[in-house]
Amino acid sequence: MADPVIDIEGLRFAWKSGPQVLDIDAFRVEAGERVFLRGPSGSGKSTLLGLIAGVLQPQAGRISVLGQDMNKLPAPRRDRLRADRMGVIFQMFNLVPYLSVTGNVLLPLRFSPARRKAAGNDPQAEARRLLARLGLQDESLLERRVSDLSVGQQQRVAAARALIGSPSLVIADEPTSALDADARDRFINLLSEEVERSGASLLFVSHDASLAGLFTRAADLTVMNRAGAPA
Amino acid sequence: MTALFSLAWASLLNRKGSVILTIVAVALSVALFLGVEKARSGAREGFENTISGTDLIVGAPTGTVNLLLYSVFRMGSATAEVSWPTYRQIAERPDVAWAVPIALGDSHRGYRVMGTSTDYFEHYKYGGGQPLELAEGAIFDDLFDAVIGADVARELGYEIGTPLVLTHGIGAADLGSGHENRPFRVSGILKSTGTPVDRTVHVSLEAITAIHVGWETGAKNPLADSIPTEMIRSFDLTPKTVTAIFVGLERKGTILTTRRQINTNRGEPLMAIIPGEALRELWGVTSIAERALLAVSGFVIAVGLVSILTSILTSLNERRREMSILRATGARPGHIFSLLVLESGLIGFMGALIGIVIVHGMFAAIAPMLQARYGVAFGAGGPGLLDLYVLGAVTLASLVIGAVPAVAAMRRSLADGLSVRL
Repeated sequence: MADPVIDIEGLRFAWKSGPQVLDIDAFRVEAGERVFLRGPSGSGKSTLLGLIAGVLQPQAGRISVLGQDMNKLPAPRRDRLRADRMGVIFQMFNLVPYLSVTGNVLLPLRFSPARRKAAGNDPQAEARRLLARLGLQDESLLERRVSDLSVGQQQRVAAARALIGSPSLVIADEPTSALDADARDRFINLLSEEVERSGASLLFVSHDASLAGLFTRAADLTVMNRAGAPA
Repeated sequence: MTALFSLAWASLLNRKGSVILTIVAVALSVALFLGVEKARSGAREGFENTISGTDLIVGAPTGTVNLLLYSVFRMGSATAEVSWPTYRQIAERPDVAWAVPIALGDSHRGYRVMGTSTDYFEHYKYGGGQPLELAEGAIFDDLFDAVIGADVARELGYEIGTPLVLTHGIGAADLGSGHENRPFRVSGILKSTGTPVDRTVHVSLEAITAIHVGWETGAKNPLADSIPTEMIRSFDLTPKTVTAIFVGLERKGTILTTRRQINTNRGEPLMAIIPGEALRELWGVTSIAERALLAVSGFVIAVGLVSILTSILTSLNERRREMSILRATGARPGHIFSLLVLESGLIGFMGALIGIVIVHGMFAAIAPMLQARYGVAFGAGGPGLLDLYVLGAVTLASLVIGAVPAVAAMRRSLADGLSVRL
């Protein structure tokens, strides 16, 4: 069995001079897993994702992502790891307003030669392929301003961006909270399909426990996190 | 870097409105600065190109600058004249190679009339030693022949043979005080020189004397017109006075000695000036104002640069989300920094470039007007090294100034992590 994609032990984090936000004994995501992590707002889930993505550093404990000890890695190496091997989807306002749809999808390739290489000879075609897989076949959408898209369309563009260049880990922070139930399920299914097809792992965080059934495994941050909910 | 460049460009396009305003502010400040500098150097070049090869200008005692202005640039007027015997004395000095007398004071439809000898066309040089050349016709031969400058011919539509009448004094054609009864005819038209020569009507010294027969008291004698022109031709028309004398020396080395001897002339009081030195004195007078203007326009550029800073700093708050998206998709803090520095540099570069275009366009448009008014061709206005320096300096300064918002955005994006907590 391959190394775990995420391996956390005794992780503790607090914002500067604030109370403890995270205190996690152990949490693992294995390669190829699609993990649902339930956490209501304020449970520290965004902080946890920041730690996994390597933009935050824990005060104590070990956090290993894609075989790298993030707590020991210097900031530039963490940035490189994120650029080369992770895709991130936010709750909303995922897109850079001044880039077209394809411009947004291709954004990670600007910062990572590895991703650019993985996207193949024709990144434009790869972007179109991903968008089509995610249900955005309409060519006229591609050069449109992203602010003209519906929220559901925007989230699918964000998913395509997270997936381009075959990252090993896709992190999603409440990507469906602004979608209605139908759109939500469709989005998760399309995302899951594409993650599976590319062989990546998925860590999907949401407050909505009813989604748990759409993933290979579910965990609950409120149970895991001994620091409890901060005020 | 190219990846960031296109990002910076797209980001600027997205904020077109405020970015264009900032670019305009920078462009205007650069245009002002370059305009002041070009007007200054252009005027100097134009003035300095107007006379060359003349070692000394001699006139009645007055201000150095004043003598230069009225004798060469046809600006202002003489307060006193030099007598003919004194002119002869100077012309006969052993150290003087040539001495050309000029007589000013009349005009033709707003253009100054200058009485001189045919030697003038041989010895007067401009623009680093170029002689005056005829476009058509000939130097005056008959008493009432006139050689006109290129602008006079073009603007009045005169050709060889066109008759013209001089006006006493230098006011524009005030009828009644004229020399209507002594008409001249155009015998030659000079090629354009870009100097006040283009706006001058040249006649012989004798002609100046001839048309002033009957004016001995300073005003026109009622009987003056009753003297037939044919009779005047038989008079002794050697002038009594001249306005100034252009002098060329046998040897340049004696210039200071000659000047001192003329200045301390025992007979009639005289003043000799060296044209280049008089020009420097003129620049000495104007340089205080020039420096003040340059300093002010330099500060205006600083204001333009600050407006770049303001426009980017104020945009940062609404771009916080954008920065964390960039971070999440793999941008390092250095990328965020470079993006903002590039945006600032691009605004500065485009502003400076447009400013340079504005200045050159403006000078191309107003140069003919300036020449018409001052008779001086402004120095050739093509883009020069100065423009390149200003372009480089403004771009560099805006890159440096861009570091301020860049550091702010970089710090904030590090503190924000992936999620912006608004």
